[in-house]
Amino acid sequence: MTTVKPDAGVRRAMLSQMIFIRAFEDRLAELAPQKDALPGMQILATGQEAVAVGVMAPLGSEDVIITNHRSHGHLLARGADPETLMAEIMGRATGVNRGKSGTLHLIVPQVNALMTSTVVGAGPPMAVGAAFAQQYREEKAITVVFFGDGAAAEGSVHEAMNLAAIWKLPLLFVCENNCWAGAQSLAEHCAVGNIAARASAYGMPGQLVDGNNPDEVLEAASQLAGHCREGRGPALMEAFTYRLRGHGEHDRQHYVDPEELALWKAKDPVTTYGVKLTEEGVVAVQDIESMEREAGKRVDEAVAFGQSSPFPKPEEALEHVWVESPWGTP
Amino acid sequence: MAKMTMVQAINLALMQEMEKDDGVMVLGEDVGKDGGVFRVTDNLMDKFGPERVMDTPLAESGIAGFSIGMALHGLKPVCEMQFSGFSYFAMHQLEAHAARLRGRSLGRFHVPMVLRAPYGGGVRALEHHSESREAYFAHTPGLKMVIPSTPRNARALLVSAIRDPDPVIFFEPKALYRAFREEVPEDEETLPIGKSRIAREGKDVTVISYGATLHSVMEAAEKLEEEDGVQVEVIDLLTISPLDDELFSESARRTGRVVVAHEAPRSFGAGAEVIARLVEKSFLYLEAPVRRVTGFDIVIPLYQREMDYLPGVNRVMQGVRETLDF
Ligand SMILES: Cc1ncc(C[n+]2csc(CCOP(=O)(O)OP(=O)(O)O)c2C)c(N)n1
Ligand SMILES: [Mg+2]
Repeated sequence: MTTVKPDAGVRRAMLSQMIFIRAFEDRLAELAPQKDALPGMQILATGQEAVAVGVMAPLGSEDVIITNHRSHGHLLARGADPETLMAEIMGRATGVNRGKSGTLHLIVPQVNALMTSTVVGAGPPMAVGAAFAQQYREEKAITVVFFGDGAAAEGSVHEAMNLAAIWKLPLLFVCENNCWAGAQSLAEHCAVGNIAARASAYGMPGQLVDGNNPDEVLEAASQLAGHCREGRGPALMEAFTYRLRGHGEHDRQHYVDPEELALWKAKDPVTTYGVKLTEEGVVAVQDIESMEREAGKRVDEAVAFGQSSPFPKPEEALEHVWVESPWGTP
Repeated sequence: MAKMTMVQAINLALMQEMEKDDGVMVLGEDVGKDGGVFRVTDNLMDKFGPERVMDTPLAESGIAGFSIGMALHGLKPVCEMQFSGFSYFAMHQLEAHAARLRGRSLGRFHVPMVLRAPYGGGVRALEHHSESREAYFAHTPGLKMVIPSTPRNARALLVSAIRDPDPVIFFEPKALYRAFREEVPEDEETLPIGKSRIAREGKDVTVISYGATLHSVMEAAEKLEEEDGVQVEVIDLLTISPLDDELFSESARRTGRVVVAHEAPRSFGAGAEVIARLVEKSFLYLEAPVRRVTGFDIVIPLYQREMDYLPGVNRVMQGVRETLDF
């Protein structure tokens, strides 16, 4: 589908970000089974890195993103600081949410990531509100909301699409269709087999893209984001991809056909994009090696930062309930 | 009798009720093929097929509404919310319809459904996976709210809930799912909904609790007996609504001192209602203010602080001692 290849610098940057996101999450996968290393479960976006980098590439710093439980890649691609993100995932006081949220409710105001919610389907209606505010204030910015194929079955997502469409809001819906919602396959929860088809029912453009190809994601995202930015209303992009490590690190994937998994592993976007860019002469093999080394180093630093940070004080749990805590300031 | 975990005991209740009554249906997210996040519904699909054990899409409002419709038309759905923290999309169906249809139809229709959900902290989970919001449901007239505390009473109460002609919200303390085993009879057993029980007899002070917190209370009671020679009576509510205020009021009249313990946030929690009933029914017998040992009015924190949030053995002991010292 890709017509014009993006600029070589952009492509190198996307590859480097994908390598970094993978390294970051691989480290979380290593830490997850270790006792007390990370609070709660770890839900990783391994295999979906191309969607994160391709969607973020055409966005400006004033644009807003709202994401879901599988958010690490989105936030890193958006430019969130890996150290404070890692510290948060470790529940430390130096984390982006001072150790109050852990992995599932990361909020990074510095990169306009207004909200992450683990409540499936919760994000899209709020994204409608943010997009309305942008339109009302006559900003040039748009809102991008990420949700899964499973989330597309929640009523709230349908409501959000309709609201955004009737009010012609600058909202880009990005459905990451990773073929699974928990242990349920796409075919089991969706009668028509794709989510993009719904767009026409709401009167907005809908586009299905290969979510493992960052060039294709980037091109579609630029077009659709442009559509939203020009005041022509919302748009829906469905990025078809795959969840390579199961729902979460606890998931044994006993319900997944090993052949299907192997097929998708062969299409691993981090490796295939590296090969592609090498073949096209955009990067050299040594470039990739140095990207990997650099990524490893930054992840080491982030982990060291997190591990050397304190946990929040018990009293901090009582803060930020209302504008002033009824228990006073500790 | 086999020794079972709470997970196995609940599974047994579902198996047997499905066998007995072909109107009993199980539905929810990943309850079928996968057997549920906590494996509570394991093997049900193999045994009863996908028509009666339905894997639904992510659609809590739909799951609840669909269950109401089935119940109105003669079936007995047992639907699952994957975690109680994800049940709020379902709330309007429960509040506006499940709870009201008996009244609205002047008794011509009723809604014999059960909504099961794992709830509560103590398993080192993240936000929305640890909360204890039974008060939302208990505050809704027309819904029954049941919380078991052991494998055996979980099984018996779930059987009663399935057979109950009204909608029952059945909260399963996930911290107890595999915490210990108990003898559970193979033969059918029920327990009346709306009745609490004396979990431990004592004459000096009454502690009222339920769910996972009950076990902290029991441990605290043992320690108080050892360390202070105090005899603590423990009441296990089992049903939050409709609330059995007879048993604990009677106990309070004997001991004159009462502590209520739950992990839900303090304000407007079940403890507040229990104390209101005590004041109404046993005020003149009380020798000390009734104390609450509860969670805080905040979102339950991550694991490093979770134990500070939960009313553990020490906080219960302290609450009892303060009540006795008054
Ligand atoms: C309202 C709600 N219901 C159930 C859950 C439990 N849950 C968390 S993620 C998930 C699967 C979501 O699937 P999808 O939207 O496709 O996103 P993916 O996990 O595949 O990225 C489920 C069932 C939840 N978090 N929120
Ligand atoms: Mg999915």
